[in-house]
Amino acid sequence: MPVLSVRGLSIDYITRKGPVHAVRDVSFELEKSETLAIIGESGSGKTTLAVGLIRLSPRGTKVTSGEILYTKSGLTTDVRTLDDEDLREYRWAEAAMVFQAALNSFNPVITIWEQFNDTARAHGMKDHRRVRDRADELLDLVHLDAKRVLPAFPHELSGGMKQRVLIALALMLEPQLVILDEPTTALDILTQRSIIDLLKQLRERLGFSMIFISHDLTIAAELADRMITMYAGRVVEEANVDDMFYRPRHPYSVGLLRAVPRVSGALGSVASIPGSPPDLMRLPKGCSYAPRCPYAIDECRAADPPLVAVDTVRHQAACIRWKHVAEVLGSNAEVPVAEKLA
Amino acid sequence: MTPLIELDHVSRTFATPAGAITAVDAVSLALGQGEAMCLVGESGCGKTTTGRLLTGLLRPTGGRLLYEGKDVWLTKGADLARFRRAVQLVHQDPYASLNPTRTVFQTLSAPLYRHKKASSSRQALGAVNELLKRVDLTPPENFVTKYPHQLSGGQRQRVAIARALTVDPKVIVADEAVSMVDVSIRISLLNLLLALAREFGVTIVLITHDLAVARYFARRGRIGVMYLGRVVELADTEALVTDPAHPYSAALIAAIPEADPDITRSKRRVELRSAEIPSLLSLPPGCTFHPRCPLSEAGLCDVKIPELLPIPGAREVACHVAVRERTGERAAVTA
Repeated sequence: MPVLSVRGLSIDYITRKGPVHAVRDVSFELEKSETLAIIGESGSGKTTLAVGLIRLSPRGTKVTSGEILYTKSGLTTDVRTLDDEDLREYRWAEAAMVFQAALNSFNPVITIWEQFNDTARAHGMKDHRRVRDRADELLDLVHLDAKRVLPAFPHELSGGMKQRVLIALALMLEPQLVILDEPTTALDILTQRSIIDLLKQLRERLGFSMIFISHDLTIAAELADRMITMYAGRVVEEANVDDMFYRPRHPYSVGLLRAVPRVSGALGSVASIPGSPPDLMRLPKGCSYAPRCPYAIDECRAADPPLVAVDTVRHQAACIRWKHVAEVLGSNAEVPVAEKLA
Repeated sequence: MTPLIELDHVSRTFATPAGAITAVDAVSLALGQGEAMCLVGESGCGKTTTGRLLTGLLRPTGGRLLYEGKDVWLTKGADLARFRRAVQLVHQDPYASLNPTRTVFQTLSAPLYRHKKASSSRQALGAVNELLKRVDLTPPENFVTKYPHQLSGGQRQRVAIARALTVDPKVIVADEAVSMVDVSIRISLLNLLLALAREFGVTIVLITHDLAVARYFARRGRIGVMYLGRVVELADTEALVTDPAHPYSAALIAAIPEADPDITRSKRRVELRSAEIPSLLSLPPGCTFHPRCPLSEAGLCDVKIPELLPIPGAREVACHVAVRERTGERAAVTA
């Protein structure tokens, strides 16, 4: 039984010029203790999707269709139907979100201890002693010194420490699902590494499922079990991490993977994707990637291709040219795309 | 051969309410014509200050900035104006560096008029069209009348590069110039800068925190690694990424996550003795990396500041232990 099962979810932004289709017909499943990485450029809809999963979308957003099924102890509920009270419970106790520490994720005028206390109070934990014990325990879990961190204000902490505190806060109510938005963006290399290692440890120890949203493929390579590539609001490919990195079948996944150089190993044929993402209000007819795609043929511009199984059942791509992509990449070996194309 | 531009033991100290901090400490760096190099380091290492010192936007508190062999801060009048035109900076954030109320044409023509490269609007338009073609914003007619908000991040950064090119610079310092644009188009921006180096002999220094970007950009050149205001290693790019000599470079390369699951999940870590970066207000004595360094030797590294010294393989490193071991290796081979 998956922890989360998203079916046919579509989310629009209502604007004066008309609806923007930010998320279009997205479906996926997340198993217990599984880590899913959702990757894509800015404007691909990945953040809209993530925020939509906990119904934190800003005003002017409309879920036009679909279900978000959440299962706990054999009981399945549709997050879309929760009333305010249940939604509040779901939001931190079941599914917690970790935002980017670099952004304004903290209240800047209260101490870290008060941030813990606020969160606890909002969820009915009123006993200060118990909250304090829990805060100590959580900060210890993320390798921070509670005595030093709790009395501090957010601006007194480094970027890495803030990210750790945010992770600790998210874990306060022992959620089954943790959603992370760009958890390592804007952090230095050594700090990035320590956050990645921390997430690995915590996942192993606490067994929660993770969804993280990133434009950064390296963190997906580090942490993900499964991956989803989004383009123009749609899932264009879903696969196990190895299949995605070494045997991608959607030309957009290929393009993204090829755009990121490595430090170790051969550089291969690194290249950018030409053009820019489409205007979500005026999507091109047919496949929305076709205008940038080197393998597009006339048929691609006729109809938006559905997700179909490629190679294996657990590997899906929305491309009628996937066999051609497989041919171009050649070998199925565990070699990065840029090297295969070199 | 005289280098085109050179930092000669340049330092920069800032006065802060908490005390003086030395953001850049005795950095020496010489660049030839058409060279494409990278400066890398974590936040606070002084790489941006170094870029501002190189472009003459900050006055050094010690050492000299030399352009074509002349001390820039001693030149005046026409010579200084020539330096100002010759050395240009491209900023990190194309959303902040372009005036939102000016069209692309206005942004690009202003320096052309200012430096008397155009005297009529027809001349200016011709020159602007040429510049836009050079940065691959084609056809130029589609871009001249656009305002920044009508352009994507990548297109804006191309306009920022075109603006730097209006005065035919000899040196461009690009500070995190691709960090804010989407991953999918970074390489094309780096290629654009590399083409300027290759085809027009422009010297380019890319400042970045991203080692993978640095490796791509400087693959035929050098990378300088900075730590707490000093250059700790300066080496040919492939030598640096495959065989880092300084323990800090080694730690960075071992720590960096890579876009390849097999490689990244099987990386061997370099364990540091401490994760804490010392404050610039109270730097440790000796080598500033010694409290974190796995190779640190008591009585040496905590006492004596290591100089950037040449070691075999056309590279320089500021580490007592690395210099001893690597020059010892050579001695063993030649003996």
